[in-house]
Amino acid sequence: MRPALHAEWTKLRTTAGPAWLLLASVTVTVALGAAVTAAITCPNRGCGLDPTRLSLTGIYLSQAPVAILAVLAISGEHSTGLISTTLTAIPHRPAVLTAKATILTLTVAASGGVAFLASLLVARAILPANGFTPAHGYPSLSLANGSTLRAYAGSVLYLVLIALLSLGIGATVRDSAAAIGTVLGLLYLPPILALSIDNPHWQRLLQQAAPMSAGLAIQTTTAPSTAPIGPWAGLAVLAAWAAGAFLTGTLVLQRRDT
Amino acid sequence: MSPGNGYAFWRLLHAEWTKFRSVRGWLIGTAVAALMIVLFAVLTGASAIGHDAPPVPIGPAGEPVSDSFYFLHQPLHGDGRITVAVTSLTTTIGGDRGHDATVPWAKVGLIIKAGTGPGTSYAAVMVTGGHGVRMQDDYLHDYAGQPGQVSAADPRWLRLTRSGDTITGEASTDGTHWSRLATVRLAGLPATVQAGLFVACPPSVQGRGTRTAAATAVFGHPDLQGQWPQGMWNGEQIGAGTATFGGYPPLPTGGAADIHGQRMSGGFAPSGDGFTMTGAGDIAPATRSDLPAAGVIGDLLFGTFPALIALCVVGALFITTEYRHTLIATTLTASPHRARVLAAKAIVLGCVTSLTSLPATALALPIGERIARAHGIYLFPVSTATAVRVGLGTAALLALTAVLALGVGTVLRRSATAVTTVVVALVLPHLLVLTPILPASAQRWLSLVTPDAAFAVQQTLTHYPQADSVYTPTNGYYPLGPWTGLAVLCGYAAVALALAAILLRRRDT
Repeated sequence: MRPALHAEWTKLRTTAGPAWLLLASVTVTVALGAAVTAAITCPNRGCGLDPTRLSLTGIYLSQAPVAILAVLAISGEHSTGLISTTLTAIPHRPAVLTAKATILTLTVAASGGVAFLASLLVARAILPANGFTPAHGYPSLSLANGSTLRAYAGSVLYLVLIALLSLGIGATVRDSAAAIGTVLGLLYLPPILALSIDNPHWQRLLQQAAPMSAGLAIQTTTAPSTAPIGPWAGLAVLAAWAAGAFLTGTLVLQRRDT
Repeated sequence: MSPGNGYAFWRLLHAEWTKFRSVRGWLIGTAVAALMIVLFAVLTGASAIGHDAPPVPIGPAGEPVSDSFYFLHQPLHGDGRITVAVTSLTTTIGGDRGHDATVPWAKVGLIIKAGTGPGTSYAAVMVTGGHGVRMQDDYLHDYAGQPGQVSAADPRWLRLTRSGDTITGEASTDGTHWSRLATVRLAGLPATVQAGLFVACPPSVQGRGTRTAAATAVFGHPDLQGQWPQGMWNGEQIGAGTATFGGYPPLPTGGAADIHGQRMSGGFAPSGDGFTMTGAGDIAPATRSDLPAAGVIGDLLFGTFPALIALCVVGALFITTEYRHTLIATTLTASPHRARVLAAKAIVLGCVTSLTSLPATALALPIGERIARAHGIYLFPVSTATAVRVGLGTAALLALTAVLALGVGTVLRRSATAVTTVVVALVLPHLLVLTPILPASAQRWLSLVTPDAAFAVQQTLTHYPQADSVYTPTNGYYPLGPWTGLAVLCGYAAVALALAAILLRRRDT
């Protein structure tokens, strides 16, 4: 396993793409979070906003570069033909994918950890001026607060799971454009569909089952009891999606041989 | 351009078309896009549940309307006139917030109506909460009078005169000097009409939601001229069982219909030689927030999103595949004029995607409409021209997206990055505009400047200045007009193609 990990780390480290994608992911997280926190105001007590969630809005956008990174980690090898070299060197297919998953998990967790921490710090600096004060029922954002810590750690986990989901889909589909299309469709379309259908039963079901709507439930700190899904249950749904995609990818790679 | 050049371009188009049609994945992608549009129209129609919904009042012009108000009326036979003074207008807003706010379109005054049935023809002259004196008729027409609020110290006199098919509305601040607001013709007005005093108050719009509201008005003695055979007033709530009636907030005073000590309906009582009346509802064209269960045909086109992703993939691959297989070197050797190669690709891609999307939307709209109606869903009516615009516009949106992906793909030369850029630029703003996590100003900005503005081409609802409502993209009201919105996407595609042409020239491949 160690040579496989070393090989994957070298591939990631020595190509320009991954570094740019991770940088883009961090930048858009902080930029979008800052833009949103600067735009919201809380003029009086009980304005019903969730400042923690809003300061982490950047995740809607930053998951896209993470998905590209993870898809390219495997489909990039298919498009350049590198995959045959990789599999000649390490013929055990699951080991190759597991090594990729491990390296992705570490890098995405590290960049996500930095990005979301920066988002929260920016929000902590901006929000009090916009009326999010203790007098209006909003104490300063702090990781010492249990639900804020859950939103923070959960967002990092969410990005990691998105990477694993994308890696699994990339391994299954092989073509990078088709794979990224599938990932983005899976993430962004169900929430839009849920909002455009009138049937409340289907709407709720979609919000509970879709990877993004369920997974991002982890970010809520002021969730009403009527929320479609709880924070950890939501993240578990996304974890199931990621595990399913990863297993499919491994099986397909094993059976197809490349 | 010499004939030789024209022929060369024709050959170039032919070459690009041959490339397109001989790659199985691209044909599948294009077909999947078309299928998605039809499939989701069927699914959206079939998932709807609309049975047992209350009836939607339809106005004389065929549009859905709100027609609910408290009406103190008696029959008027033939020509006649009614005059009354309004000395007070106050509103009560339900819920625990905003008690002191006024409802700008709370309406109290005089009305002459063809009957008490929902959606019947009318003309009314009224005092409003925030828009001064108005005359309105048949739900869609609105004439402004003197602005300002009414009070006991500053009352308003209102007068309606029927003469045959025409009704004249007048207003005065002293009861002697009258100014005419408008004279309107109500086609087919019966000989005997219902006329009298009315009080209406639409729900108060607060942010993205509404709260029920009611208005209370104090009228002076109504002065009647003409034949009023009944000779006594009859008070009733009009339109109580219709879909567009929002109901009453809990009212503080006791009354006949007490619910836990709070009145939940309108009513009237003599005060001095006139009346005090309380009412809720509205007499206006219906908006989306009045009819939350109703659909618009844009909802049936959810398939545009999956189709858009599929076509982005095809559009980006149409160029990035050439880079991957270094076919681009052959292409540019055969036709060294870079911009012309790009133009040929854009034309082939645009034509193919619009020619496959157009039949899909042309099929999806009528099928989805039929299924939704069969499930008892009320759809906001659209003219044939509007439906054609939605279908054509959606096909154009998809073709432009594919061309945008081609441009971005040429600039970035990486298919995954290109697909993500275009999909995120179109789909993510739409998601952020629809989900209520961002403030309304940020959402408005997103639907103005991002390529998502193009979805305005699917809007079919009218923004009525004489009706307050939740006019947000979530409800189907976009800040830009349909073609202006599409032009925003056109601009993005043009910029991407221009940048691609410049880069293709400078980078040489």
